[in-house]
Amino acid sequence: MFERRLYFHIDWLLIGAVYALCALGLAMIYSATGGPTGIYWTQVYAIGLGMVAMVACLAIDYRSLGDKSHWIYLAIILTLAWVLFFGAVRGGSRRWIDLGAFNLQPSEFAKAAVALVLAKMLGESQRRAITNNDLLFAAILTAVPLLLIARQPDLGTAVTLVPILLTITYVAGMPVRYLAVLALVAAVSAPVAYQFGLEDYQRERIVTFLDPELDPRGGGYQQIQARITVGSGGLWGKGFMGGTQGQLRFLPVAHNDFIFSVLAEEQGFAGVVVALGLYLFVIVRSIEAARLAKDRLGAYLVLGVLASFTFQVVYNITMSAGLVPVKGLTLPLMSYGGSSMIATLAGFGLILNVRMRRFTN
Amino acid sequence: MASAEDRRRLTTRLRGLHAAVFVLFGVLVGVFWFFQVVQHAKFQEMAENNHQRTLALRAPRGVIFDRNGEVLVENRSAFNISIVREHTRDLDRTIRLLAQVTGMDEAQVRDTVERHRREPSYRPIVVVHDATLAQVAAVTARRLDSELPDVVVQEVPTREYPAEALAAHLIGYVGEASDQQVTDDGLGTGAIVGQSGVERVYNRRLMGADGARRVVVNSVGREIRTLEEQPPTEGQRLRLSLNAAMQRAAEDAFKAYGYWGSAVVLDPRSGDVLALTSLPAYDPNDFSTGIDRATWAALNTDKLRPLQNRAIQGRYSPGSTFKIAVAAAGVEEGVVTPDYKVFCPGGANFYGRYFKCHLAGGHGWMDMRHALEKSCNVYFYTVGNMLGVDKLHAWSERLGLAGKSGIDLPNEIESIVPSTEWKRARTGEKWYAGETISVSIGQGQLSVTPMSMAVMMATVANGGTRVVPRLVTAVDDGQGAGWQAVPPPPSPVQGAAMKPETVAALHDGLWMAVNGAGTAGRARIAGRDVAGKTGTAQVISNQGKARAGATDRDLRDHGWFVFFAPRDNPEVAGVVFAEHSEHGYLAAPIAKHVMETYFAQKDGLPLPTLKLPAAPAAPVPAPVPTGPVRAAATTAAFQP
Repeated sequence: MFERRLYFHIDWLLIGAVYALCALGLAMIYSATGGPTGIYWTQVYAIGLGMVAMVACLAIDYRSLGDKSHWIYLAIILTLAWVLFFGAVRGGSRRWIDLGAFNLQPSEFAKAAVALVLAKMLGESQRRAITNNDLLFAAILTAVPLLLIARQPDLGTAVTLVPILLTITYVAGMPVRYLAVLALVAAVSAPVAYQFGLEDYQRERIVTFLDPELDPRGGGYQQIQARITVGSGGLWGKGFMGGTQGQLRFLPVAHNDFIFSVLAEEQGFAGVVVALGLYLFVIVRSIEAARLAKDRLGAYLVLGVLASFTFQVVYNITMSAGLVPVKGLTLPLMSYGGSSMIATLAGFGLILNVRMRRFTN
Repeated sequence: MASAEDRRRLTTRLRGLHAAVFVLFGVLVGVFWFFQVVQHAKFQEMAENNHQRTLALRAPRGVIFDRNGEVLVENRSAFNISIVREHTRDLDRTIRLLAQVTGMDEAQVRDTVERHRREPSYRPIVVVHDATLAQVAAVTARRLDSELPDVVVQEVPTREYPAEALAAHLIGYVGEASDQQVTDDGLGTGAIVGQSGVERVYNRRLMGADGARRVVVNSVGREIRTLEEQPPTEGQRLRLSLNAAMQRAAEDAFKAYGYWGSAVVLDPRSGDVLALTSLPAYDPNDFSTGIDRATWAALNTDKLRPLQNRAIQGRYSPGSTFKIAVAAAGVEEGVVTPDYKVFCPGGANFYGRYFKCHLAGGHGWMDMRHALEKSCNVYFYTVGNMLGVDKLHAWSERLGLAGKSGIDLPNEIESIVPSTEWKRARTGEKWYAGETISVSIGQGQLSVTPMSMAVMMATVANGGTRVVPRLVTAVDDGQGAGWQAVPPPPSPVQGAAMKPETVAALHDGLWMAVNGAGTAGRARIAGRDVAGKTGTAQVISNQGKARAGATDRDLRDHGWFVFFAPRDNPEVAGVVFAEHSEHGYLAAPIAKHVMETYFAQKDGLPLPTLKLPAAPAAPVPAPVPTGPVRAAATTAAFQP
């Protein structure tokens, strides 16, 4: 199963960059939580488990995984449905499976499952170009887990499935004008939705986002604090564990959603550039893997996994500067969170898997 | 497998994604550059405002000592519980919870917060002054639970006044600066300032300078560490002229003999106030932690007017004690000599009206000394008539009986001795010579404070130098120079002392009143040559008394006793005013006890104690009198 020559095609640079980001995140968690706390150690174990998951995803040929993609997809759908009824409740949402030692969040694994099933469906299609029926079917395959996750409710994770669909259909040959139409529809429907489709509290959230000063104690608080945190970091930062915003809890959930703000505060613009550089390298290197892929299944799989990753990275970093509304969207590889870490590393296992097997038959 | 066309399309579209990613990251770098480098200063400042607080450290007010170094007023530590609204999310909830935890009335807490609403939100609003340990413990526990993160407990120095309200009116009390004081004196809101007495007059010196502590706080306002601390500067220390032992003796004596009233004792050589009391008094300690409404309302509506400083704000008819001024004026003006004699048959006719002497059978031939001893009305009718009211007024002013004494206490009112001009200005009518006759024995429209009476006695005692009573004799500003004497205020009256024959006659006559056949024998102290004179201040005229009939109001006359001792080279001079004591001689024992205390202390002997029954310590609250004297006494408005 694991041929010796495959070993030489493992992308060590990508692995290096991924774990560098993990280490950076771990250091920031250490700083934000004030030392080697339970949170810190949980993250260490999560990285360890993630490595195992990565190796597992690396070892099995992605083509055999593709063959079983419908079973994997079905298993995830059932798990998500099960969670909806029997999952563990935390902070008002039902997202977790209580495994005793830790809680598993199946929605994190749904991303890879959706990427796999879409890649299989569109990558092995015998038609020359993607048809509207293909698009509709792909959209339905995405919509089912999306709705299940949104019902938990976990809108943030649910939304990350959309880039997977868009990216895979785009590279699979979806006419660009569809994207243009989609953008147009979104632009036109936004004001209508704002007026009729949203609850008062949701409208309020948007207004607060556009002008946080309107409500500096309430909804605008996190956004203002995030911007202060980032801005006060300066060029070189306040030093490891030397931040005031994160250390003194002006920034909520600093170790989680706002880990990048902590980095920006303590390591400054210099640290930000390093982290952004690492993320950019990881993404570009993965696109390279897609380009080198032996088949469309591999290329689409890589891009699907990468799409949700990139979307989350960009959104979270923008949020950490207070530029987009605060959503419970973590920063992959750096934020605290076991399921996310394991699922993300597993995802990179798939990417490495595709690249590694580019010469095999 | 994938056709070449497929491969081409994939490559093109991948290139598109590639470019998109670079653009996105480029934008992100730009954004962070803008926030972290371009706008760094602004956010830096915002971050500092976030986590740094400057807390005021209240300066302890200056300690106040008596003339012998006994501590009269000092400071103790109290705990204030305050709300800092800066981190409050739900003020309503905080108020409700805090009221519940401290056992306070919620409406009252809300009211306090409302009053300070306009202040900056980082300034604590003190809700509980001088909290009990139970309250502090309850709040601290909730704070640790983060249930009340916006409530702080601060230790503050708080005024501690002597027990039993000793010298309350003289020392005064402190309170939060009023809006007007904040504007006029440039004080901070919530500053504690003197509102009465020495605390008010010397507020600037006593206040000291508040310090500050810059601390790092976390998002719920908890202090993490101190960045820098500027300790507060304690207020300047004051040494008063007051003799605490004499003050205590005076107040004890009033209570022991069962009168309300006032006593003022001066050193006639310097004007130093040795004792100054006004009873009933209030407890200044009630004010030092912010007086509650009920206590304040009770003090204000009390018919005995405990807030009034009777010594400088109560005006009463002087009665026979005014004869001292008449005698001094007569000799000094040269209308009579001390040996001038008048025959008293028990009354005399002036301007077609018969004026009685108090002794029905008459005193017979009287010279000035004996007239003072026996308080013969006819003698003083005669001398007063020879002088005229304007000379009586002029000499009253010269002796310090009319006008203000100029003591360093706030809100002193003027003592009134009428003159023709005064009457014209007041009523538009001319003065009738017949009115002078009543004035000559201290009746009619005279209205004087105990303080002015004490100043007159000091002037008589020292041979004619009008002193200005003063309370503060030295100041220690804490700069290491020690006590710096405060120069006594200059006498407001220029000119030579009284003639020796005037002084001799007054001293002899007043000595005889105490040591001879006079009315003031109860003040006699063997070997001390006490000189003095009693007087009775009518509360209501005899006709009025008859009209009022059996009312529940106390219409009994007030008693005066004025004194100095020893007769030659006097060291103390003063007055005791005992409300509703009916006779001046009943006020004399109070003065005697104070003088005995003075002499015992001076000779290093044990201080005398009163042998009177201790209980009841205070008189049954006397009903409030009405009438002319009462009306005059209400002119001084008390300022909270």
